[in-house]
Amino acid sequence: MTRDEVARTVRALKRREAVTKGGRRVVVLLVFLVLLALAYTGYKAFGESIDDAQTGWPVIGMVLPRTNDLTMPPMSDIVAEFAKPPQRNSDKPLAMFILEASLFTLREAALGFVFGVILGLGIAILLLRSTWIERGVTPYLVASQTVPLVAIAPIIVIWGSTSMGWLPFEWTKWMSVSLIATFLTFFPVAMNGIKGLQSADPAAMELMRSYAATRRQTLIRLQLPASVPYLFAAFKIAATAAIVGAIVGEISGGVKGGLGRLILDFASRYTTGPPRLYATVIGAAILGIIAVGMVAAVEHVVLSERREEPLAL
Amino acid sequence: MTDAPRCAVAITDVSKVFNPGRANEVHALDAISLRIDEGAFVSLIGPSGCGKSTLLRLIGALTHPTGGGVRVNDKSADQARLDRDYGMAFQTSGLFKWRSVTENIELPLQLMGWSKAARRERAVEMLELVKLEEFANHYPREMSGGMRQRVAIARALSFRPSLLLMDEPFGALDEMSREHMQTELLEIWKKTGKTIVFVTHSIPEAVFLSQRVIVMSPRPGRITADINVDLGERVFETREAPAFFEKITEVREALRSEEGSA
Repeated sequence: MTRDEVARTVRALKRREAVTKGGRRVVVLLVFLVLLALAYTGYKAFGESIDDAQTGWPVIGMVLPRTNDLTMPPMSDIVAEFAKPPQRNSDKPLAMFILEASLFTLREAALGFVFGVILGLGIAILLLRSTWIERGVTPYLVASQTVPLVAIAPIIVIWGSTSMGWLPFEWTKWMSVSLIATFLTFFPVAMNGIKGLQSADPAAMELMRSYAATRRQTLIRLQLPASVPYLFAAFKIAATAAIVGAIVGEISGGVKGGLGRLILDFASRYTTGPPRLYATVIGAAILGIIAVGMVAAVEHVVLSERREEPLAL
Repeated sequence: MTDAPRCAVAITDVSKVFNPGRANEVHALDAISLRIDEGAFVSLIGPSGCGKSTLLRLIGALTHPTGGGVRVNDKSADQARLDRDYGMAFQTSGLFKWRSVTENIELPLQLMGWSKAARRERAVEMLELVKLEEFANHYPREMSGGMRQRVAIARALSFRPSLLLMDEPFGALDEMSREHMQTELLEIWKKTGKTIVFVTHSIPEAVFLSQRVIVMSPRPGRITADINVDLGERVFETREAPAFFEKITEVREALRSEEGSA
C-alpha cells in the first residue's frame, strides 16, 4: 500500500467509528429524554404532596412551588395531546398543527439566519479594518441587543408592509418576522466572527505579507478559513436565536401561521387545556434542537479535515 | 577574471528602536552594516534579544528601520517584497491546516494568479525537491514536525524567489531530524543557488550550514564578528572533522568575548 492508500483506509475507519459514535449519541439522548420525563413526573408528585401545613416551611413550601394538574399536567396527557385535534370542527391532530407551524417558523428563522450570518460577517469584516472602528462600533452593537424585541417587532412589521413596495417580489408579513430574527442572529456571528478573523496565526499573517498579498486575499485565503471554527460556534447560538426571534416576532408582530401564534392561542386558553401548550412548547424545543443539529452536521463535514488528532500511521 | 558576485542585501548603518520615547523603549539594533553576496549562505547567530530576528525581518520588510537603509537586489526592501523577491520560513511551519500539502505549496502561486495546471506542475516539482512526493495529498496534522518544515520550505521556494529568509526553521525539531534537515537544506541550496539568510541560536548549525557566520550581541543589537567558514563540501564526516570543531570554537569564543565585555 502507498501512503495515500493507508491514509485513505485510516480515514474510512475513522468514518465508520464516527457512525458508531453517532449511534451511541442517539442512545444517550433517549436515556436523557426518559430521565427528563421521570424528573418531571417525580417533581409533579412531590409538588402535589406538599400540604397546607408545610407551606410555611423553609425551602419546601416557601420556595418550591406546589403543583396540580393545571400547572403540571401528567406526562401521559401531554404525549396523548399530540394525537388529539385541538379544534372542534376538524379532526386534524395537534401534532399536525405543530408540524405545519414549525415549518412556517423554520422558514422565517432560516431566512433570518441567512440574513444574520451575512450581516454579522459583514460587520466582522468591517470591524477588522481598524481597531478604531472596532472600539467605536462594538458598544452600539451591544446596545442594539438590549433593545426589547417586543418594542421593535411591531415597528418592523408595519415598516415592512409599508416600505417594501420597491422590491421586485411581494413583501409578506413573515419576511418581517425574518428581519426580527436577523436582529438576534447577526450579533453572535459578528462578535465571534471578529474574534475568529483575528485568530489567524501571526506567523501566517507575516507570510501573507511576505507574498505581498492584498487585504482581500489575506481575508479570503487566511482569515476567513481561520475563523470557521469560531463561526460554527456562533452559528449554533444564532440558530436558536433565530427561532426564538421568529417566535417572539410572530407573537409581538401579530403574524399568523407559526409556532408563536400557536403558543399565544394556547396560552390564552390555557385553563381549558394545559397539555396543548406544553406539547407546543416541546415542539418548539425540538425545532431548536433540529436547527442546531443541522449546523453541527455541516460543521462536522467542513471541519473534518482539520481535526488535530494525529492519524495512527 | 571573474566578476565579483552581485550584492543581494546591502544594509547600511541600520538602527531600530521599538517604542521610541516611551518607558518601554528598546534599542533592538544599532549601527548595523552588512553586505550579503548573491548566492551566499549566511547565518545570524547570537543570544536571545540580540536582534537577529529583527534584522531578518528588516531585510524582509516585515518591519522598518528607525535609521539607515536596507536595499535588496538594488531596490528598497519594500519594493523587493512587492516584487516577491523573498521566500520565508519560520520556526512554526505556518502551514494552513485546512489545506493539503500540495495546496499549501500552491498558496503563493495562487495569490500570484497562476493557472491551476501551472500551480500543480510547480507543486509536484517542489515536492520532489523536498522529497515528499508521497505526501502530496496529506494534511499538515498527519505529518511530523520535520516534514512540515520541508513543506514550508517548498512553499517558500515555489515561486522561485531569489532570497530565502529563515528564522530558526529547525528550532522546534529534535536533534536527529535537525541534522537531517540541515543536509537537505544544503542540497536544496546547491540545486537552486538561492541566497539564504538563516537565523539560529545553535553554533554547530550555523557553522555546518553557512559560508559566513555573523555573530551578534544584545542591548543594543550589534554585529561583533563576521566569521568566514570554509569547510568545503559538507558531508556526513564534516561534523566530525577537526576544522569543524575549530570553527565552532571560534564562533563560541566570539559569542563569549561579547558576554565578558558586557
